[in-house]
Parts: sequence; C-alpha cells; structure tokens
Amino acid sequence: MVGVIGYGAYIPFHRLTRTEISRAWGGPAVTGEKAVASYDEDSVTMAVAACRDCIKGHARGKVDALYLGSTTFPYLEKQSASIVATALDLNPEMFTLDLSNSLRSGTGAMRLAVDAVKAKTVRNALVSTADVRSGLPNGPKELDFGDGAAALLVGEENIIATIDAIYSGKYEIHDFWRPAGETFVRSWEDRFIREKGYAKVMTDSVSNALKRYQFTPRDFSKAVFYSPNPAMLSNVARSLGFDIRTQVQSSLYDTVGNTGCAQAMMMLVAALEEAKPGDRLLWASYGDGCDVYILTVTDRIKEMGNRRGIKRHLASKKVISNYERYLRWRNIVPVEPAAREPLQVPSAVALWRDNRGGLALYGVKCKKCGAPQYPAQRVCMNCKAKDEFEEYGFADREGKVATFSQDNLTVSVDPPVTVTTVDFAGGGRILCDMTDRDPQKVAVGMPVEMTFREVRFVGGIHDYWWKCQPVRA
Amino acid sequence: MGSIKDRVAIIGMGCTKFGENWDKNITDLIVDAAYEAFEDAGVAPGDIEAAWFGNFLTALPGSGQPLAVALKLDYKPITRVENMCATGSDAFRNAAYAVAAGIYDIVLVVGAEKLKDMGLSGLPGDEMLMSQYGTPNTYRNCSITPPGQFAMLATSYFQKYGLSPEEGKRMLAQIAVKNHHNGSLNPKAHFQRDITLEQALNAPIVAWPLGLFDCCGVSDGGAAAVITRADMAKRFRPDPVYVKALQIAVGPREGTMNPAHDLTRVEETCRAGMAAYSEAEIKNPREEISLAEVHDCFTITEAVTYEDLQFCGRGKAREEVEAGTFALKGKLPVNPDGGLKSFGHPIGASGLRMLYEVYKQLQGKAGPRQIKNPKLGLTHNLGGLPSGATVSVVIVGT
Repeated sequence: MVGVIGYGAYIPFHRLTRTEISRAWGGPAVTGEKAVASYDEDSVTMAVAACRDCIKGHARGKVDALYLGSTTFPYLEKQSASIVATALDLNPEMFTLDLSNSLRSGTGAMRLAVDAVKAKTVRNALVSTADVRSGLPNGPKELDFGDGAAALLVGEENIIATIDAIYSGKYEIHDFWRPAGETFVRSWEDRFIREKGYAKVMTDSVSNALKRYQFTPRDFSKAVFYSPNPAMLSNVARSLGFDIRTQVQSSLYDTVGNTGCAQAMMMLVAALEEAKPGDRLLWASYGDGCDVYILTVTDRIKEMGNRRGIKRHLASKKVISNYERYLRWRNIVPVEPAAREPLQVPSAVALWRDNRGGLALYGVKCKKCGAPQYPAQRVCMNCKAKDEFEEYGFADREGKVATFSQDNLTVSVDPPVTVTTVDFAGGGRILCDMTDRDPQKVAVGMPVEMTFREVRFVGGIHDYWWKCQPVRA
Repeated sequence: MGSIKDRVAIIGMGCTKFGENWDKNITDLIVDAAYEAFEDAGVAPGDIEAAWFGNFLTALPGSGQPLAVALKLDYKPITRVENMCATGSDAFRNAAYAVAAGIYDIVLVVGAEKLKDMGLSGLPGDEMLMSQYGTPNTYRNCSITPPGQFAMLATSYFQKYGLSPEEGKRMLAQIAVKNHHNGSLNPKAHFQRDITLEQALNAPIVAWPLGLFDCCGVSDGGAAAVITRADMAKRFRPDPVYVKALQIAVGPREGTMNPAHDLTRVEETCRAGMAAYSEAEIKNPREEISLAEVHDCFTITEAVTYEDLQFCGRGKAREEVEAGTFALKGKLPVNPDGGLKSFGHPIGASGLRMLYEVYKQLQGKAGPRQIKNPKLGLTHNLGGLPSGATVSVVIVGT
C-alpha cells in the first residue's frame, strides 16, 4: 500500500490586497488578497520551506527521492531539486528531478513518486511544488496570481492517506502559456478558457475517473480541484454533482491567490488538515490535461499535529503597505541604485566548497570544549584545539536577537535591512539579515528561527543562504 | 619582549586639508603631506633612507610604488602597509621599529587615501573588500554596512545600560556636537561648522539608531611623518616628540561567533590599550594622558572607547559626556582636532592625521585648540567590526 505519510506547506508572510492593486491602476474594487513572495524568495526557497514543514519528525535518511514541480524555476539549465535537497540535508545518494512547464507538474511529480514507491525503487519520496508566477501589471492575472508551496511525503509505512487510484488525461490547448524568455504569463479569452479548456477538461476527466473506478460524487468528503478562480470551480463542481457548500475544498483564492503549479497540492494539504479518518478525497489538477487522485484518510491523520501547513501560515501574515513595494520586489520597475559598490559575482568554486555550510547551514562543534561555531573553523575560538570538531547544524535551531540595526545604507530591494546578531539556544552565534519582520517590532531578545533565502542574484548565479525571521506562529 | 619607549622620535609632520579634494589625486595628497613634513623636519627628500606607505585600497598597484612615483625617492626601500583603519598607525609602527632596530636613521611614513573618486556614500563595505581579498567570496553573509555594524554596538550598549533610545541618542549627539565644535576651530578639517544638539538628534537615520551626524563623512586626505633615532632628534629641532608606545591588537572576529562575547565593548581596544599603557609605563590613563585622538568613525565608537581605554568606568560614558570631561577644556580632551567626525576617514591617512594633532599639541602649536601644557597624547584606530577589530594605540610624549 502506498500513500501520503506527511504533508507540509508554505505561504509567504506578505500579502497584497487586491483593493491596493486596484487603487494603483484605478480599477473596480476587488475582494481578497494574495500571498506575495518577498524579494528574497523564489520557488526554490519556498519549496525548501514547505519541505521542512513536511519532513519535520520524519527520518531524512529514508528520503530516497525528491520530485520538484514548478513553472518558475530559477534556472533553465541547472537543477533546483538538488539545491532544495542540499538545503534540506537529505541523503546524497538519492534521486532528484525537476518537473516543469505545466501547472500539472506538481501532481505529475506526485505520480512519479507513487510509482517509484510502488515499484520499491525508493523508500520515501518527497514531492514538492512551488510557484511565483507573474501577470502583467494592470491585468487580471496580476490580481489572480499568488505565491506558495506545498510538499507531500510518499511512502508505505504510517500512511495518513492511502492513494487508491490515479487517472490522467492529456489535452492540448493554449489557454495559459509563457514562451521561453518571457516573464509574464499569457492567456486567451476567458470564455474560450472556460468552455473549451478548464470546464471541459475537468468535467470530462473527473467523470471518466469516477466511471473507471466506480465512484460517485457522494462517495467523497471533499472535492479538491485546482481552479483559475472560484467561479470556474463552482461551475465545474456543480456540473459534476458536488454540493458546493459542503463538498468543495476552497481554492484559497481570497487569501493566497492562484498559486499555479502549487495550488492543487496546497489545497490538498488544507483538506488533510481538516480531514477525519475514513474521509475519501477526490484530488484533481489542471494544465495541458488533468491528473485525478482518489485518496482515503487513515486513523494516523490524528497524529499529524504540529505542522504549519496552510492554516497556521495563513494566520501569520503582514499586509504590504503599497503596490509600489510589490513592483520593486518583483523587479518590474527599475529603481535608482544605492550609491554603494556594485554587487560582486560569487565564485562558483567558493559556493561549491560551501555547499554544506552555506546551503545546509552546518557549522562545527568543538569536541574538546563543546562550543558550537559558525562558519566551520579549523581552530576552536574557545579552547584553541585544532581540528577537533564534529558537524553541527544550525538550520533547525531557534535563537534570540543579541543585537541588531536597521541599515538604510546597504544595497537592498527593500531598505532598511534589519541586520542581526543571533545567539542560538545551545550555543553559537551567526550574523545574518532578518527577513519577514516588522522593523518597528524588532527588539533585543526577540526569538527567531532560520529561513532559507536568496541573498543575491548576480552574474546569473542565484546565491542562497539563510536569514533569521521572527518565529512564525 | 622589548619596548619602543623613548627610542624613536618624530621630527617633522605634514597633513593636507581633508575633504572633498576634487582637484587632487593620490599623488597630490602624498606630495603635499610629505613635503610639509620634510620642511617641518628640516630634511631634504634625499635624506630619507627608507619609507613606509599606508594605503587601504585607493592607490594601485598595491605596492610601495605609488609613493615612489609621487616622491621619486631614488630607488629607496618602500614598504606598503594595509591593516584596515589602523593602516596609517601600523605604517608608523613598522617604520619606528626599523629605526629602533638601528637599520635606518631617518625614515618617512606617509598615509594617504583618495576616496572621493569612487562616488560611494560611505566607505566601501565587505562587498568591495571581499572581491579584492577573496574571502568569503560566497557573499553568504549579512548585507551590512559599517554604520550597520557599529549601530549594533549602540543597540547592545543601550540595552545593557538601560538607556532609552532617546537617552542613548542624546549621548551620541553630544559627542557629535563636541567633535564638530573642535573641527570648527581647525582649518584642515573637512567640516568646519558647529552643529546643534537638535540637528544631530533630528538627522535622518543611516542605520538605526545612528543618524547622519553619528557617522563620519567620506573624505580625501594625506598625512606624513619623518622619524629618527631619539638620540639624534634634537639635532633637527628643539621640540621633537618621542614615541612611548606602539601597540596593535588584531581580533579573530570572535564577536561574530561567540555568544559569550560582550557587544558593548571592543576587546581589541581594551587589549591594545592595556599593552600600550604597560609599554609607556602609564598607571592611571585618565590622570596621565593629556589628550587623545580616538577613532570616532561613529559616535558610539567614541563612547565605548572612553570605557575601553579606561578614560572612565564601564557604563559611565553618558555621565562623563554630560559633565564635559572630554571637551576641549575638559579634564581629558578627546578628539581636539575634530576627529573623524570633522575629518572624515581617508583610511590610510587617519592614524597619521591623529598623530599630527597630538604632535602639534605637544609642541604648543595647535592654535585656538591648544590644550594647556600637554605631556602625553594617545591615538587610537579601530578597523573592521566592533565584533572583530584591528586596533592600534599609539602614545607619544614630550
């Protein structure tokens, strides 16, 4: 038996209200808000966050594969899954794969994971999907699109939801697309998308799946369907015979927005958070076709507490004050650079040497005196012992702000930069930036946790490291 | 371990006007400073047997050559010294050691920096330094500037001594007002205007809690010294200034890694100060030192340095500032020339610029800033971060 054994999600801390977007462009009042990746976040960093949420409490050594789905990978040539797996400190002898170019890449990744576990070529497979899609300013896609990520762990033991059946169908259409080299998603006319795209494909595929596996809508606690917007979701669910009020999982449109590739999996995580043992879930994604999954929730769902998932990430947020900041974060408008020296290109060699220290945030602990130290040292700062160290991970440790400043002078997309000295529980100190904070609320002694972020993009190299953030509730 | 005390003397010094010297290049700064020193010492360029050149990053190629190119010293040995903000003081230290070793009798030290060709607001941070020195060139570090680094010192100082932001900023503003007042009396300073407490308190924030007047400016400048053996000094002038102590403490940046490290003090200043007092046989610095030029790159640095150099007790900086202890007419004038606050910080030049003021004060030639009957003067440079610094302390006297 193969099933989901863990889940996690990530929603960026910052939200932009649709009213604020309308304010900027003079459009009609629109409801809801969308989650917005900070300037230091992308699909890789959000996938890391979702995967950390997912694998908490699971044996990392048993994760033999990572399948990562996104339409917005930072590199066209160079794998993102390997970056994520390195940041997660997973086993080097594992299979990693990026799946891109379709909003179905997340559920497609899931299918590869299920097949691999079924074939016993991997023990546990981690599946994650993240997206940071952009719509052109002053357009409907800008209002619709939000950012987020989700992750599922697939295995054969301690299953929380069995995967009972999978149905897939392909479909060729230009409804939403983005050619190579462009930043903004394109689309055809709404009515065409609805009638010959989304509504037709979802209705046909779900009907075919139900027929093939001999289920009816009444057999399901929840229909968890990707949708470009709530109206299309209601139409499809209603025409398939689901009760809109009780059986249809929210698409998170009003709180997060359409997170593209990640949306279906984020909705499934939200459904699992509310699920009871015995619930049957119908999960379907959309994009150049449709993937349909039938899952049954087990008793073990009750043991899945202590996750941030969707619910807790939704509750932990800050609304960004103006649309112009969003434009700046997204690098949509050029802005006057700071009068500081231009950013330098990191050395690929130095980055490679620093894979473990920088990406997985490993320092060392002195075997003689026990002092944790970051970055790794050759001679102990405390007792001066030479080469008497063991590895010591900082990524999952909490710390406190020892001191800080709000630096307006430094080069940043979003000054001031909150620079902090963080003292960790159990020892060790790291100087790092603080992200996802309210500058007014930063204080000495404030509890913080570490989060994986992009620290610069220069010379075509995405340079990832860690920042601290106030502990997200 | 030996001591430099009374083995070497300064017989001539020069210092350019500091500031936005748009019409001067690095050669001009070197020539102007060195020739003033030659004239002051009564020596000719041809008398110089060896030279030391302090420059941080603006005179390339990185060697002694920019000094040779500027002064045409006739194929003499020239050593370039770079040791962060202590560059000028360390060039002086190495030159003094060569004289004390008996190798040379008359040597030249020049520190110069041409910052205003770079178009930067503030000194370059780790960005440029890392690209030049290659480590850590992953750039996986906090994106902090020098004001941000020293602002963290202020944050922890305020926290430890229970100062509200208003109280803390007031203490810092008083230091800025004092130094700008001293600078207003100095024709060689970059900024020669008094500022008010309100101006300092209401200035835009550069890196919280430090505002514009808590930070030193960006300036060009050069300074130079001619030094000789102590026993030869009076052949050149009746009032040479004798070297009493030359110390440098270089820290392992422990404050960036070790939670036990106290971020309300700079360990390297404490260490270099103690070593210098020992070398100069000073028992009570507050009583014995007549004046001090300390590294007020930021006002908080000056406040913490009062305590690190034992000019006052721990946590007492604020009340001493209120009492005027360190003002020009106070018990222990600090930065009588206006400090980095008035001079900016052309890195390689700063240590020698400080020494220039002490030298002139000890000779009674400081004009409206003259302190009554000084005997011993101290200079202090702090390079790098408050959590990991390169600190020099130099003591000279009559």
